Amino acid sequence: MKDVEMKMLERAKALLGSGEVARVIGWKKGEFYFDPVPASFESVEELSDFVYNGFCGANLSKYLIQMSKKEGKTAIFLKPCDSYSFNQLVKEHRIVRENIHVIAIECQGKLDIEKIKAQGVSAVTEVEEDGDTVKVSSLYGETTLNKEDILLVKCATCKSKTHQAKDEEIVLHEMPESKNNRFDEVEKLEAMTETERFAFWKLQLQKCIRCNACRNVCPACSCIKCVFDNPASGIAAKANDSEFEEKLFHIIRAFHVAGRCTDCGECSRVCPQNIPLHLLNRKFIKDIDGLYGEYQAGETAEGKTPLTSYTEGDKEPNDVVDGEAK
Amino acid sequence: MQEVTTEKKEFVPNIVAFCCNWCSYAGADLAGSSRLSYPANVKIIRVPCSCRVNPSFILKAYQQGADGVILCGCHPGDCHYVTGNYYARRRMSLLFSFLNYMGIEKERTRVEWVSAAEGQRFSAVMNDFVKTVTALGENRKLTDLRVKEGE
Repeated sequence: MKDVEMKMLERAKALLGSGEVARVIGWKKGEFYFDPVPASFESVEELSDFVYNGFCGANLSKYLIQMSKKEGKTAIFLKPCDSYSFNQLVKEHRIVRENIHVIAIECQGKLDIEKIKAQGVSAVTEVEEDGDTVKVSSLYGETTLNKEDILLVKCATCKSKTHQAKDEEIVLHEMPESKNNRFDEVEKLEAMTETERFAFWKLQLQKCIRCNACRNVCPACSCIKCVFDNPASGIAAKANDSEFEEKLFHIIRAFHVAGRCTDCGECSRVCPQNIPLHLLNRKFIKDIDGLYGEYQAGETAEGKTPLTSYTEGDKEPNDVVDGEAK
Repeated sequence: MQEVTTEKKEFVPNIVAFCCNWCSYAGADLAGSSRLSYPANVKIIRVPCSCRVNPSFILKAYQQGADGVILCGCHPGDCHYVTGNYYARRRMSLLFSFLNYMGIEKERTRVEWVSAAEGQRFSAVMNDFVKTVTALGENRKLTDLRVKEGE
């Protein structure tokens, strides 16, 4: 990963130095090794903080909504899964494609610091990825962990390692496709009884503190005025007044991105309460696949989404259960 | 010793019916002028088209104490705006399946196509839906405690 980082830095320096782009969106060092934060670099000097490591899980594409409307070109580093969100934003005319220079970068799956901590390793100072294992250095010494055990939820079920949009590419190592079993957990829930499902979601959703992080991070949630910000909606409160509100919030949030959600998994990654929000989005994806044909949002920057198109022979809502007509 | 009776009041569900202006609302009108009966606990809300109904309308109805929500529109192909009900059909298919996934009774929400000439059908649909919801009982899973309080 170190060589990729070097190459990226080199390109960023060249692009900024030559004045080809006005800014580069990437990650900069956080307080610790494991918390790099998305950042916009506007000069070569600022790049001294530039970083790309195993913890750069954040999807940068949403920043383009603001950045691509500024003067001058914007260069951005996109991992394969981020490029889906990028396409979706182009499709919805939320970003100005001509003002963007996309640098497609290598991704071998990003790591989840919480999972590393759960393995008993704290104060991480560096990680070195080596195939299926990761050498984790901490203040207390070195440990080798299984990569599979410490991947982010979204990376453990990676949908693709192919970039859907790019102007240039920095891929130095092979990126093996992982087994895409992202609907397994959805199916498990579907197999439960109604009461069990209700209990499961009640338990999960009651953890919600309505911090709105899932909404704010979501590249598909790009409305200028959000329904949840409307004080008259009765659901704009920070804390939930009743059980109903948490359900309403999550049903509507998931519905608003149905057919547009690329399954980038950012919602679950940022949730401070660890609610498996991706399972809500994946349910819609699975149902759409089953009812209206397989559809992956963000695969192209053109065409209609399942909810903005129809066929005369669509199934009747009363008959539909779990993506098929009864 | 005095006998304690726990006689319950008979459950009468609250039903919200979203009816499209061009077909189902006229169908309800026809049912009325034809002297056909349908339960008085069905509250009709007129909407310009079935696709005007946003999922949050349905959830809001449950929040405010509805026990069942039914959406009525023109038959597919007969929409006044040509394609509105096709979009509504897709949205509702996904929403119903999703509510079921959340563990909420699927039968509480329904879509029926009723044309302006189908007064008879309107009455039959409403009678049947009220029967279904009565059998399901009170809506407890999607309700706001503040609304039900003090009942």
